[in-house]
Amino acid sequence: MLQYLSNHSVHFTLPMIYFDKVSKIYADQSVALQDVTFAVEPKEFVSIVGHSGAGKTTLIKLILAEDKPSEGRVFFGSTDIHSLRLSEIPELRRKIGVVFQDFRLLPDKNVYENIAFSMEAAGRTDEEIESDVPHVLELVDLGKKIWNFPKELSGGEKQRVAIARAIVNQPDIIIADEPTGNLDPVNTYEIVQILKKINDLGTTIILTTHNKGVIDSLGRRVITMENGRVVRDDKEGRYII
Amino acid sequence: MFWVSTKRIIRSGFFNFSRNAFVSLSSILVMTITLSVIAALIFLSAVLTATLSEIRSKVDINVYFVTGAQEPDILAVQKNLRALPEVDTVTYTSSDQALENFKSRHENDQFTLQALSELEGNPLGASLNIKAKDTSQYQGIADYLQRKPILSSQDGTSIIDKVNYYENKSAIDKLTQIIHTAEKLGSIITIALICVSILITFNTIRLAIFISKEEISVMRLVGASAAYIRGPFVVVGTIYGAISGLITLVLFYPVTLWLGRTTANFFLNMNIFDYYTQNFVQIFCIIMISGMVIGSISSYLAVRKYLKI
Repeated sequence: MLQYLSNHSVHFTLPMIYFDKVSKIYADQSVALQDVTFAVEPKEFVSIVGHSGAGKTTLIKLILAEDKPSEGRVFFGSTDIHSLRLSEIPELRRKIGVVFQDFRLLPDKNVYENIAFSMEAAGRTDEEIESDVPHVLELVDLGKKIWNFPKELSGGEKQRVAIARAIVNQPDIIIADEPTGNLDPVNTYEIVQILKKINDLGTTIILTTHNKGVIDSLGRRVITMENGRVVRDDKEGRYII
Repeated sequence: MFWVSTKRIIRSGFFNFSRNAFVSLSSILVMTITLSVIAALIFLSAVLTATLSEIRSKVDINVYFVTGAQEPDILAVQKNLRALPEVDTVTYTSSDQALENFKSRHENDQFTLQALSELEGNPLGASLNIKAKDTSQYQGIADYLQRKPILSSQDGTSIIDKVNYYENKSAIDKLTQIIHTAEKLGSIITIALICVSILITFNTIRLAIFISKEEISVMRLVGASAAYIRGPFVVVGTIYGAISGLITLVLFYPVTLWLGRTTANFFLNMNIFDYYTQNFVQIFCIIMISGMVIGSISSYLAVRKYLKI
């Protein structure tokens, strides 16, 4: 961290996310990440690309404290994520909005309740929940589906609910792990537009994807991974593998 | 915030319960069986206790005194015996009372009565009937009487004619053994059955929560605390317990009514239905609390496994 700060002395703010020489080796000796170092600045839109098994998902698991690195450290602001106690992890996760390829909505809760749950977990009041949930659903254009259950929604709609859930607590960063993997081109375009809009409003975004079209249309920073290593890090990158 | 969270947890628990009707129904069914086993064991143990105490009450020893024994001496013996911690009751029967009892017992036996009238005076001595608190303690009481001969205050001779313990010793010992074995076996079977039923319930609830494994991981990832995730599951477990408890209590009404009628004679005049109605509050509390505690603890433990990420 100190080394990073000295190398980047022009920056006065801490990076949002900082991977410091991180390696992840599983019990069967398979290497998921190897000596990965990079930083994500506040308000950045960073895409992480790579083949399956390149280490993208491991990277995200480390940020969410779902897994621990074998070597190195991962920082969220000034917090070393993996020095947190189990009871402190929910507080960290409330600052991160997550969107998954398989949506991961709560099947027994309707759209309203799915989003409300995330707010309840963050300790928001009933009044805030009642006013914010319809508002955030309007933002993702799902105002009419507020009382539907996930099984009654299309893939694109489910992903929009997931995005609404991710942004409702106004997190510092949104992590979208292959959010368009299960969607058709129209829905993919819409989801990417929503993510861009969220970024324009000031939220940092980390996006992992396989989709060349998405990356090329974004024209933002691209980190390319191969066999657990960062092989390219371009400011205005394109999908090159 | 604590009250808001508690309110949300309880509300969410009720929602989860009603929205997973099939899982709820099957869990309640298994739990009802568990609580029925516990209720049945309560009744069995009551029947066993009543039967054993009935058998115990039939066991006693008599101390017969010589015919010339003075009443104050006998009453002194009674007083000494009552002071012994293992003695439950000591009943004095005077020689006159013994004669009366003998006559009324043989009122249809003219030959015996006639033989009695030909004797001069009362041939029957006074006696003390001793009931111990436990059948195993008769040996000690008999030894006490043997060890410390009770002597007449007038001429210093022993006033005890005989103690019938030694004649009935083998029967009393056998009964004591049976009672102790029955009690021990009863406790072992009760504990084993309760453990097995609790394990079955725990596994059922674990399966019900296994279905929610993915949901729990999503809740973790959106930043819900362990307590906030676990709370609704514990509420659902408690609801399962409460409903199963009520079903069990209702089911046992007709069951005990029927069993009470058919088995009253078999169980030495103990009516199970009367036992149920007379001890309803106690049984209600045992079943309801067992149900809710088993349900909530099972849920608590089952969710723990999925909260580690």
